[in-house]
Amino acid sequence: MQVGMLAKIWAVFRKDLLIEVRTKDSLNAMLFFGIVVLVIFHFALAGAGDSIRQVVPGVLWAAFAFSGTLGLNRIFAVEKENNCLEGLLLIPVDRGVIYLGKMLAVTLFMLFAECIIFIFCLVFFNLTVWEKLPWLALIFFVGTLGFAAAGTLLSAISINTRMRETLLPLILFPVVLPVLVNAVEATNVALNGTADGGLELPLTIMSVFTIIFVTISYVLFEYVLED
Amino acid sequence: MTDQKRQAAFDSILGVLVLVAMVAALYMAFLQAPREKTMGDLQRIFYFHVPSAVMGILAFAVNFGASVMFLIKKDRRWDNLALSAGEIGVVFMSIVLITGPIWAKPVWFVWWTWSPRLTSSLILWMLYVAYLLIRTYVPDPGRRAMVSAVFGIIAFVDAPIVWFSIRWWRDIHPSPMLETGGLSPAMRPAFYVCVAAFLTLFLYVVRRRYFLESARHEVELLERKIF
Repeated sequence: MQVGMLAKIWAVFRKDLLIEVRTKDSLNAMLFFGIVVLVIFHFALAGAGDSIRQVVPGVLWAAFAFSGTLGLNRIFAVEKENNCLEGLLLIPVDRGVIYLGKMLAVTLFMLFAECIIFIFCLVFFNLTVWEKLPWLALIFFVGTLGFAAAGTLLSAISINTRMRETLLPLILFPVVLPVLVNAVEATNVALNGTADGGLELPLTIMSVFTIIFVTISYVLFEYVLED
Repeated sequence: MTDQKRQAAFDSILGVLVLVAMVAALYMAFLQAPREKTMGDLQRIFYFHVPSAVMGILAFAVNFGASVMFLIKKDRRWDNLALSAGEIGVVFMSIVLITGPIWAKPVWFVWWTWSPRLTSSLILWMLYVAYLLIRTYVPDPGRRAMVSAVFGIIAFVDAPIVWFSIRWWRDIHPSPMLETGGLSPAMRPAFYVCVAAFLTLFLYVVRRRYFLESARHEVELLERKIF
């Protein structure tokens, strides 16, 4: 029976979603850590006073990135338990399909966590954003997709090393810097409307990064998984 | 065996050539090149800073090419080359990042500033330190080669995106003087001699590192035969 590629991606995606819905391991950790990061930054920037609005985008994306790293680590760590990875590799699909399914699952987890972290951010930093929400949603979506695109591949690399989870942030943050810098820039424009350029340039760079990294990872993913 | 002897003889000649070229570079940079009008002797660091940057980028390009070739051919020799180039690239980029601030402190009055060129050099350096880190943490040679080849490709593809993503920042760093014709003709011979000297150094060190890695690989195979 021929199964379409979308159906295959959906199958991998659905599997990770089911595990997450039943255990809630990653999401709990991601949410809580994101909120902890916000609190830490609040105290770190206690002296900022009224200019706090200018740094909120950076704080927000630092929280997203740190909590996202936890989610990225889990997405392959769950496969390490009971040698599930071998089972996953046995399914008769292109390795790239596994990558896409996992990547979309992480993106969804991250977006979910980001929504709640963002609400906490609004409360902690006293922001009102109603009319800016559609733009913020778009920025969060593109930024998270780019982050997860590179992150899923690098997570598969780091989980198979001696250092396991410790290695991921070290190799991930230099690579995703273009996404983070531009996401902060775009969020700043959307929230404060004060930056030099518009939203177009940062969103374009984030999109280009995402497209390039999804393509590369799709092709290279078969090399990083153990046979 | 004769092949190895021939390579060793070639290396000795190349080593002497590096020595001669380096002495010539020192002479040209410190004695032959004219004193800069405003910066004085301080400007002479340029003759080492820029060639190091050129060699660093060249090394990363070689690393990228060798990584691609490894994934296609699965031949360990390409991995040895990728490792050699990656390591030496990090050394050259470190020289760039050390000589830069030494020059910047008296001229800009700060050691460091987050201009696009500085930031992307730093990120480039971080990407390849991450590359070397990954190599350290994968014990199995076959997997190490595979995984680091994937990361080598990612790092090299990421570098231009990093550059574009921050290029709208105001740049205080002098623009490439050869393109703009800003480098006085009197300084050019010294500059070209320095580039040539660094190129011979680059070739020599890459070759030595490559043969060291090949020897290690050979020992590994012999060990496996014994045990």
